[in-house]
Amino acid sequence: MTSVGTVASKDSTTAPRARRRRSDALSGRLRTVGMYMLSIAIGVGVWQLVAMRYGSALVASPAQTLVAAKDLAADGTLLNSVIASSRRILIGWGLGLVVGVPIGLLMGRLTVIRQLLDPYIEFFRFIPPVAFVTLAVVWLGIGEASKVVLIFYTSVFIVTLNTIAGVLSINESKLRAATSLGASRWQILRFIVLPATVPHIVTGARLAMGNSFLTIVSAEIVAAQVGLGALIWTSRNYGRIDWVFVGIITLGILGFVFDRILRVVASRVLRRYGVKL
Amino acid sequence: MTTEIDRESARGATTTIDGVGIRFGSYHAVDAISLDIEAGEFLCLLGPSGCGKSTLLSALAGFTPATVGAISVDDEPVAGPSPERGMVFQNSDALFDWLTVRQNVAFGPRMRGQSRKAQAALADEYLGLVGLRKFADKFPDQLSGGMRQRVQIARVLANRPRIVLMDEPFGALDAQTRQVMQQEMDRIWRESGCTVVFVTHDIGEAIILADRIAVMTAGPAASIKNIYSVDLPRPRDETSPEAIALHQKLRQDIGHEVRTALREQGLATEEDGR
Repeated sequence: MTSVGTVASKDSTTAPRARRRRSDALSGRLRTVGMYMLSIAIGVGVWQLVAMRYGSALVASPAQTLVAAKDLAADGTLLNSVIASSRRILIGWGLGLVVGVPIGLLMGRLTVIRQLLDPYIEFFRFIPPVAFVTLAVVWLGIGEASKVVLIFYTSVFIVTLNTIAGVLSINESKLRAATSLGASRWQILRFIVLPATVPHIVTGARLAMGNSFLTIVSAEIVAAQVGLGALIWTSRNYGRIDWVFVGIITLGILGFVFDRILRVVASRVLRRYGVKL
Repeated sequence: MTTEIDRESARGATTTIDGVGIRFGSYHAVDAISLDIEAGEFLCLLGPSGCGKSTLLSALAGFTPATVGAISVDDEPVAGPSPERGMVFQNSDALFDWLTVRQNVAFGPRMRGQSRKAQAALADEYLGLVGLRKFADKFPDQLSGGMRQRVQIARVLANRPRIVLMDEPFGALDAQTRQVMQQEMDRIWRESGCTVVFVTHDIGEAIILADRIAVMTAGPAASIKNIYSVDLPRPRDETSPEAIALHQKLRQDIGHEVRTALREQGLATEEDGR
């Protein structure tokens, strides 16, 4: 038998080089963390200067915000708010994925379905969730349902659109290969179209997560007892600028953490589908 | 396990192309081609780029319907893609990147609902045939271009098709790898005993591999110009006097078509070929 050529990525690199590469990676990561710290320190410094310039009636200083955060954490308000908002976001966003992905796959594969649903997608994706707050409350009441539905609404279109884009970008030769290997239409959807679309779906999921955080505050405008959005709105009524700051900063940190978890989990679990984040 | 392939099950098929013409709207791609391909034969379709040989292959696969005429394999008319007619694509994008090499090769048997054990056995058998048994657990993007094309070949053969269609499968490889793959293809074909229709624009490749070479005219409205039988012992030596003589004959034959094709694309003038 003739030789079989070379493997593109060889595992047999010499040990010292591998070690050096590892230490390079480590110092690279330390550098990144260092720059992050520096950036945050500068940000807090600017914030302090602005607070000193405009006074605590307009801008709560970092120290005041920290004290307020401690107070809110002590009586459990902060944790309850985080849990309530996270729950609404995760349920609404999860439903957005569960509905958006199959619709996107079908719209990508079947022209008839695409033509039937396209007008609605193109119509509703330009209407922000805040426009539906009143209707959501009138139709669904002041309970959890109205908030979850608004988060779902803000997630589902972006997931659908990204899934469609993924389906349409699948290499034609993959589909032809699968057909001529005997795969049925359903098998092609399940075993080719879905796995080949995973990177686009993950992108859609990340964007939808961002949208969910943008929407949660408006979703909690009306009649929410707990939640970060509710905290921000009620603090305004009490004139507690420092609480508003706590709500806003917690929202930002929470969003960052959620996106990080999503990225790490997706790139670990879905690596074989070409998800690189 | 041995790499011995059961020649009975890897049967060839008799293919009849009867007056096939293919049009895309107003564009006349292929004009009235008739050709019989014998069971177990290795047939090369040779012609300049854009002459419609890939279109004809696509019609054989069932991806492109014939506008007129009919194609049948073992007297069954071709009416769409079928696992009986496997296709090896020029570009290894056709591989499924999220599946290992073994899972790629086992894809056809898996779609037919064969047991996991049978799938793995078939995959390993054909990975052995193409010399990739050691790389079964790698992913396609960890392999070189030549190895990825071996995976495609194994994937099609593991489906035990009646006929294997190959669309310039080595066209995107570097010259050295291409040479190795041609030798390998010759061996694989002899060991598996399948019928092969192989599209290429490389004269040397056709001489190494083909039982018969069908030279196609330049498109539009491409047809078959001449058919050459290659009666040289295998494995073939491209530098033997007979091979060189055939090479020259084919080059003259095809040279005219290449010039016509270039003129058609506005890349050469009437005087160019004189």
